[in-house]
Amino acid sequence: MAGAVELSEILEHPEYMEPIPYKREIEIRGRLSRSIVEEISRAKKEPEWMLRLRLRALEAFEKLPTPKWIYGIESIDLEEITTYYVKPVEKPVEDWDKLPSEIRSIYEKLGLPEFYAKYLAGLSTVLDSETVYSSMKKVLEKLGVIMIPMEEAVKKYPDLVKKYFSRIYPLMEHKFSALHYALWSGGVFVYVPKNVKVPYPIEAFFYVGSELEGQFEHTLIVADEGSELTFIEGCSAPRFKKYSFHDGMVELYAHKNSRISFITVQNWSRNIVNFNNKRGITEENAYIEWLEGSIGSKYTVTYPSTILRGEGSGTSSIVVGIANGPYIKDTGSKVIHAAPNTRSRIISKSISSRGGVNIYRGMVQVNRGAKYSRSHVQCDSLILDEKSKAYTYPIIHVMDNTADVGHEATTGRINPEQLYYLQTRGLSEDQAKSLIVLGYIRDILRGLPLEYVAMLSRVIQLEFERIGGVG
Amino acid sequence: MLPLIVEDLSVAVDSKKILENIDLRVDHGELLVIMGPNGSGKTSLALTIMGHPSYRVLKGRIIIDGEDITDKSPDYRALKGLFLLFQNPVEIPGVNLKSLLRAALNKRMGKTDLTEPVPGLEEKLVAEAKMLGLSEEHLERDINVGFSGGEKKRSELLQAKILRPRYVIMDEPDSGLDVDGVRMVADIIRELISTGNAVVLITHYPRVLEYVEPSRVVVIHKGRIVATGGRELVDKINMEGYKWLGEVENGGSG
Repeated sequence: MAGAVELSEILEHPEYMEPIPYKREIEIRGRLSRSIVEEISRAKKEPEWMLRLRLRALEAFEKLPTPKWIYGIESIDLEEITTYYVKPVEKPVEDWDKLPSEIRSIYEKLGLPEFYAKYLAGLSTVLDSETVYSSMKKVLEKLGVIMIPMEEAVKKYPDLVKKYFSRIYPLMEHKFSALHYALWSGGVFVYVPKNVKVPYPIEAFFYVGSELEGQFEHTLIVADEGSELTFIEGCSAPRFKKYSFHDGMVELYAHKNSRISFITVQNWSRNIVNFNNKRGITEENAYIEWLEGSIGSKYTVTYPSTILRGEGSGTSSIVVGIANGPYIKDTGSKVIHAAPNTRSRIISKSISSRGGVNIYRGMVQVNRGAKYSRSHVQCDSLILDEKSKAYTYPIIHVMDNTADVGHEATTGRINPEQLYYLQTRGLSEDQAKSLIVLGYIRDILRGLPLEYVAMLSRVIQLEFERIGGVG
Repeated sequence: MLPLIVEDLSVAVDSKKILENIDLRVDHGELLVIMGPNGSGKTSLALTIMGHPSYRVLKGRIIIDGEDITDKSPDYRALKGLFLLFQNPVEIPGVNLKSLLRAALNKRMGKTDLTEPVPGLEEKLVAEAKMLGLSEEHLERDINVGFSGGEKKRSELLQAKILRPRYVIMDEPDSGLDVDGVRMVADIIRELISTGNAVVLITHYPRVLEYVEPSRVVVIHKGRIVATGGRELVDKINMEGYKWLGEVENGGSG
């Protein structure tokens, strides 16, 4: 359990952490243009094909409309973003001691070195635009697992990368996916060879170090046949006066009989506008599990999605959104059943408090010929006070009449009598709220490893007890 | 240990005055019985003492252990040792008895993570629940959700036993229970008194008083104390009901 406390410290720090300035190796500023994209590509010394992909993406970004359906989109002014690329160090290191001391101090404050030593198989940390630390335990190397910064993979394994990169999440999907591909930088590439089951999680940790900055990391995970991997994504940032923009992407490819668990614990500071693009593809009998915990940020848009391409494959998405204060969580999940006997499960639990807004958007599509597919969506909203809101927009397209698709939705409110009752047992009003919230997501926590349950419990209690600190 | 004192207390809900000039005192090891017809203000008094936000104190004080708690939050009062057994406790989806009592005990031990396991709690809960006629399954169910009237009372009693308060207000703990249940409540009251608690028992019917002896009895009617005495008041109510209150009202201080 000691580990749980440490990981929770990683997540509870940001609100109190002030930005730590550090000397930057390269910084690319200015208005978004072709020359900025070329400059980033040059700084990365990347192959021609990648530059062409970036320029194609930039063109698409300029052409594609801003998705007007996003609640509050008008408050985001991308023109304000002035820093598109920050390279903190010459190249990623494998040893904490080789990092400049001010950068090392960020990670020490977050408790990452110790957490890695105790609980993880591999750790990759992205500071602003680049990976600064990447290390994997020896045992994984022996098993043939690859875990390297995305840029390095582009150069070292071009054929492998080309096979998947942008093939899972298309560049043209929407304006912000196009923007992501034009500017992507940092992130991790993981390849798990056939039948290798990675015994401990690999973690990527993303940190945005300053305001009016964009972070566009790209994570690509390929699980070869019969392999298994748990990947954790952690996000954090110190407190800024102005906002910063995160437009990251995750692509997962689960080959036949493989299994990927992808866990995100997002606790950005309340100045981050967070667009998170996540998609996976499953081959025959493969399984992708998304667990998305959105706690922090000013504004989050994320819908982990899976395309069930292989027969008998499955996916589950568990999405928890907490909007505590004047923040927006626009979350949900998408599943496309494109093969027979596929199964999916979406569980969304949102908690809105102190004027927070949660929006659930979900889509389940069963293609013609995806016979005997099964899907169940459960979408629950908990609203803690009169000022807070929750909306749900589920979409179901079923084009095969053998499919079995179900949807359930509930909305719960906490009334003052319930809080009073718990207070008469000695809990403060905020503790009473966090107890109700924890009870509300208990079923989800039940399936998780103990250390994550303890960590999430801790983070949620802190979230509701830090009165005024974040509001 | 100092007594629970209510001093010249007047209370309003919204703009309606519901309690006037209430004076009470209960020492440790004593049982104060509050009786009165339905709607006389007994439950309002209990909720006011326990700091319910809808009950506004117009004047007077509530004192426990020598401290004026009139303006304190309900949780502050609870941590000072005050406990209210609700007549009709609210349903709380998502929270079960186990997690509530774990949190309440952690709080009393000064822990910041209220979800931490409490050593020995599990076994104790199971044993106490059994004695109160609750099953292990009740401990895992959402509090009061789908509980029968009797189960709600038992759940309230269980909490009182686990949290070990020093001032206990019981609001009709015996309603909805059968004869064995009423005896059980009487046993718990005796146990609380003998372990040094100050106990206030609010009751409409004097059934439970066949098994336990009050130190003092007060009768409330229309928000005021209209009679104070001992066992003889219980007997009178047993025989005559509350009809005589009309006379008290007419012939009283008015």
